[in-house]
Amino acid sequence: MKKLTKGNVALCEGAIAAGLKSYFGYPITPQNEIPAYLSRKMVELGRVFIQAESEIAAANMVLGAAVTGVRAMTSSSSPGISLKQEAISYMAGMEVPAIIVNVQRGGPGLGNISGSQSDYFQAVKGGGHGDYKIIVVSPNSAQEMYETAYDAFDLAEKYRIPVMILADGITGQMMEPVDFNKPERKDFIKQDWVLDGAKNREPRSIKSLLMGEGALEQHNIKLQQKYNNIIENEVKYELYTIEDADVILIAHGISSRIAKSAVKLARKNGVKAGLLRPKTLWPFPSKIVNSIAKSSLNFLVVELNHGQMIEDVKLAVNGRSNVEFLGKAGGGLVTEQEILEKIKHIIVG
Amino acid sequence: MEKILSKPQSLKDTVLSYCPGCGHGVIHRLVAECIDELGVREKTIAVAPVGCAVFAYDYFNFDVTEAPHGRPPAVATGIKRTNPDKFVFTYQGDGDIAAIGMAETIHAANRGENISIIFVNNANYGMTGGQMAPTTLIGQVTETTPFGKDAKREGYPIKLCELLSTLEGTTYLERVAIHNPQNIIKAKAAIKKAFQYQIDGKGFSLVEVISNCPVNWRMTPLNSVKWIEETFIKFFPLGLVKDNVEI
Repeated sequence: MKKLTKGNVALCEGAIAAGLKSYFGYPITPQNEIPAYLSRKMVELGRVFIQAESEIAAANMVLGAAVTGVRAMTSSSSPGISLKQEAISYMAGMEVPAIIVNVQRGGPGLGNISGSQSDYFQAVKGGGHGDYKIIVVSPNSAQEMYETAYDAFDLAEKYRIPVMILADGITGQMMEPVDFNKPERKDFIKQDWVLDGAKNREPRSIKSLLMGEGALEQHNIKLQQKYNNIIENEVKYELYTIEDADVILIAHGISSRIAKSAVKLARKNGVKAGLLRPKTLWPFPSKIVNSIAKSSLNFLVVELNHGQMIEDVKLAVNGRSNVEFLGKAGGGLVTEQEILEKIKHIIVG
Repeated sequence: MEKILSKPQSLKDTVLSYCPGCGHGVIHRLVAECIDELGVREKTIAVAPVGCAVFAYDYFNFDVTEAPHGRPPAVATGIKRTNPDKFVFTYQGDGDIAAIGMAETIHAANRGENISIIFVNNANYGMTGGQMAPTTLIGQVTETTPFGKDAKREGYPIKLCELLSTLEGTTYLERVAIHNPQNIIKAKAAIKKAFQYQIDGKGFSLVEVISNCPVNWRMTPLNSVKWIEETFIKFFPLGLVKDNVEI
């Protein structure tokens, strides 16, 4: 049976079902439902909840919990995510699996509290210092908030990598029917790298500082091999009526919901439109974009920013299709009608 | 013949990278002896700082994690809350704990986290070459106070134990030194007490250890001992600051 649930709360339920042991948060709109919900739920379940003194501290508490091999998560919104970048870079270097949730709001700076997709670059291009990647997933419904949170921990542990759930204020705040269909995870395999006390084994250390000659170079090569492995195996996307399309929309998160409606509207108006929706933003579905790019095809990238994902689309297209952009930043939404007008303009020229 | 003294099991058999006359080696040994004597080596998860003790995991013979600069109290909070059965301590310097990490320090203390902190106060940023620390004394010359630390420009040295003593969450705070055998014995007793309090679930303990840094103080090791006695501990008085268990 489905239950009407806010996206932020659905995400909490997904994380809890996945065996979230420790959550560390800090208040910031529009993600406040997450710490509020977990402050009650985690305590009732006998798990760990701390409202930290800052987003910096919350992210480092996650780091501490995660080095002991338990499932740990923090959440925030854009300005707070900037503060978490220090710990994210460390966790990437230390190869510590953890979940970071960004319910994006408008920026730059303090911006506003409306939903936004302006942190795409920060999420997929590194964000913190150093040559690293984290897996970035983009849910577009309350149901997917639940499911991505549930699946994110396995993904993080499989590759010993932080996973960011890059949501937005609208997906976080919107109430939708959610089917809580995942089984409660209970049994976890003890990893052979975790810090749990050097009993009957040699001591372990987890670190990103590698001062020996060539040691950091080797570590970076190893990280890059891991990233290539992830690119090879973990790309996820959704396709909708692209086979005969003259215009393919590319949108993720809440924009993909509007884009899909626009595609349906366009087809009613006799325009052959389709949708390619990246579910993973890193790794980006470059191969599929590249394979369908041709001179007779147009791409229209729709984002709630002034053009960020479009750069990855253009790299994948590599000049073989026309790539157009429609976006808004600062809290406004792109409407179906605006997308339709843009599609018509592209077709007619 | 009976062997009465050997290397603690909690120290690896390796050469320390610390400078001549530096106090870290002594403090490492005291920590290791206490962990051995309390029998908690196999359930210890330590948090190394950014600073001179950044390589602590190369010297301690138990599990150690890295932490970003100043964040060990937050990292230790994450470890201990998630694993209350483990023994968790941080080992931090003055810049780490009282400058960049002051917020994490105060709030871990205020929450009364059941962890132990070994705070090595040597009045400068040693690892980066001897810059001014939050504990640098008035008038002290460092790489970034070439004219001597001036309170009007740089503020005052922070007495961390006294600052934290106002917080209800703190259980045990003591300042010790390791510049002579008498004080080393006292320092070990304080460290052991802090560790015992964690084992007994008594809450947040911090032992501030006044330590030599002759290279960055531009002194011979012997003169650094003299400076500790005549100047350093005049401003940072040794002794118990707070003990909620043995009042």
